[in-house]
Amino acid sequence: MSIDKVWVLAETSDASPISTTLELLTEARALGSTVEAVTWGPDTAAVAVELGNHGATTVHDVGDLGGSLPGAPVAAAIAALVESGNRPDVILVPATYDGRDIAARLSVRLDVPVITNVVGLSLEGDEVRSQHGLFGGTQVATARFTGQRPWIFVVRAKSFAAEPSGGPAPTVVPAPVPELGAVNAARVLARHAEERTGPKLDEADVVVSGGRGLGGAEHYALIEELAKLLHGAAGASRAIVDAGWVPYSHQVGQTGKTVKPTVYIACGISGATQHLVGMKGSKNIVAINKDQDAPIFSVADLGIVGDVHKVLPKLIEALKARG
Amino acid sequence: MNVVVCVKQIPDPAAPQSLDPATRTLVREGKLILDDSDAYGVEMGLQLAEQAGGGEVTLVSMAPNGETSGLRTALAMGAAKAILVSDDALKGSDALATAKVLAKAVARAEPDLVIAATESTDGYTGTMPVQLAELLGMPSVTFAKKVAVTDGTVRVERQTEAGYDEVESPLPAVVTVTAGVVEPRYPSFKGIMAAKSKPVDQVTVADLGIDAGQVGLAGAGQEVLDVAAAEERTKGDVVVDEGDGYEHVVRFLEKLKIV
Repeated sequence: MSIDKVWVLAETSDASPISTTLELLTEARALGSTVEAVTWGPDTAAVAVELGNHGATTVHDVGDLGGSLPGAPVAAAIAALVESGNRPDVILVPATYDGRDIAARLSVRLDVPVITNVVGLSLEGDEVRSQHGLFGGTQVATARFTGQRPWIFVVRAKSFAAEPSGGPAPTVVPAPVPELGAVNAARVLARHAEERTGPKLDEADVVVSGGRGLGGAEHYALIEELAKLLHGAAGASRAIVDAGWVPYSHQVGQTGKTVKPTVYIACGISGATQHLVGMKGSKNIVAINKDQDAPIFSVADLGIVGDVHKVLPKLIEALKARG
Repeated sequence: MNVVVCVKQIPDPAAPQSLDPATRTLVREGKLILDDSDAYGVEMGLQLAEQAGGGEVTLVSMAPNGETSGLRTALAMGAAKAILVSDDALKGSDALATAKVLAKAVARAEPDLVIAATESTDGYTGTMPVQLAELLGMPSVTFAKKVAVTDGTVRVERQTEAGYDEVESPLPAVVTVTAGVVEPRYPSFKGIMAAKSKPVDQVTVADLGIDAGQVGLAGAGQEVLDVAAAEERTKGDVVVDEGDGYEHVVRFLEKLKIV
């Protein structure tokens, strides 16, 4: 039994597919002979064209969820399709807040396990094998499902490069949400967008991140200033997010965002495995840290052993002087 | 209000981790500690129970070897009791099997609210709490960075890509909390002493009415085939800052045409 049908959970944002959706559609084309998408939201008609352009021939449209969180209704709609006989071999899910919720609920509804934190996929005969970073990315594990399909893989952002297929607009078919009880009782009352200047953390060409070595929340301004000068985004280690210095949305690492910029500048970050997982794929890494034995230096292309409070102000000044 | 907090006892993340060569699952021998990520959930549960003016926090955990040292830490913080599912058959359980086991144990405590971390530090699958919610037939709100309960309703500020959503859900519900949601208290000496005599109800999978073949390695629908060394990044130049460290960075950025 080869891999025929691959479904991609097509998460969107502001009437466009998120980049991981397009990455997964691209990979789905390599894995299966039929690529289909499942999407939801108020603008699915507009989104469908872009999904088609990345290889989806059919889009299962769950529709506008109103104030519901996506986890329960989207999982139930997919489960209903599968139970009606429309059974994909593989379902690829972006490792996002909502993607994980949907995969988890779908797993229970279909009584199949999920494999998460996937960073690579390969086809071995009739099997799909997944790759995972272990122990801070120093080792790679290869895993597979041993039970019945569909096989649900939750894939981290930037595991694949998105490429359009130039495919035509797909067929859009409604995927209605069955009657749900208590599981769908949570309601979104209001949405708040944090103000952001400059590029998104996971899309920026340059990322400047700060850690404990900054010494205090007030010094994070240095990170923001340097990021702004380089037209980049400001990131953070888990330690300073946990300490409440900066919001979680800045966190780079295993529990935060995966970034792969052209340049990653780690300031006052020791390089715990938790952090390395999220930034090791950067094309170039610069590390500034007082401790010459800090693990961050083992992955840095350029390491500066020094105090961030001395190095950063001079660096900022020099860059400003260049205009 | 009765709160269940799901906690995991894990090998000390600061110690080197290793895989069992036969099963390629994490080695969990020796002393286990309370996952740091769970300390936030325990604190949240304690605060919510206190604010509700009654009720208690029950810990629910699963461990293959009857380990309780991590549970004692959470009991010392103030949790009233614990249910520990411990069974040799559980070794190698995947997240779905774990959720099935914990669902049975959580149901015993008849909670108004179930709290868990967004993911564990050692396995970080990040799906177990919502699988648990689905099995219990409860709504779930994940990635909470602020939680409040009033009149049978939980109000959550939920982390999103753009910022956060204000979400409301009737109880009972499952909420997963991010690290930093509250500042976990340090167990007091009195708390540590009291924890020693707090009840830990140890149950097996059979006690919960679960067939041992459905859990552990036997019931896992996935396996790790191979573990190999990842491609190493080569270590680059390291220079000690003598006041001119910034110049090296500028030259590096110039070479890449970033500036």
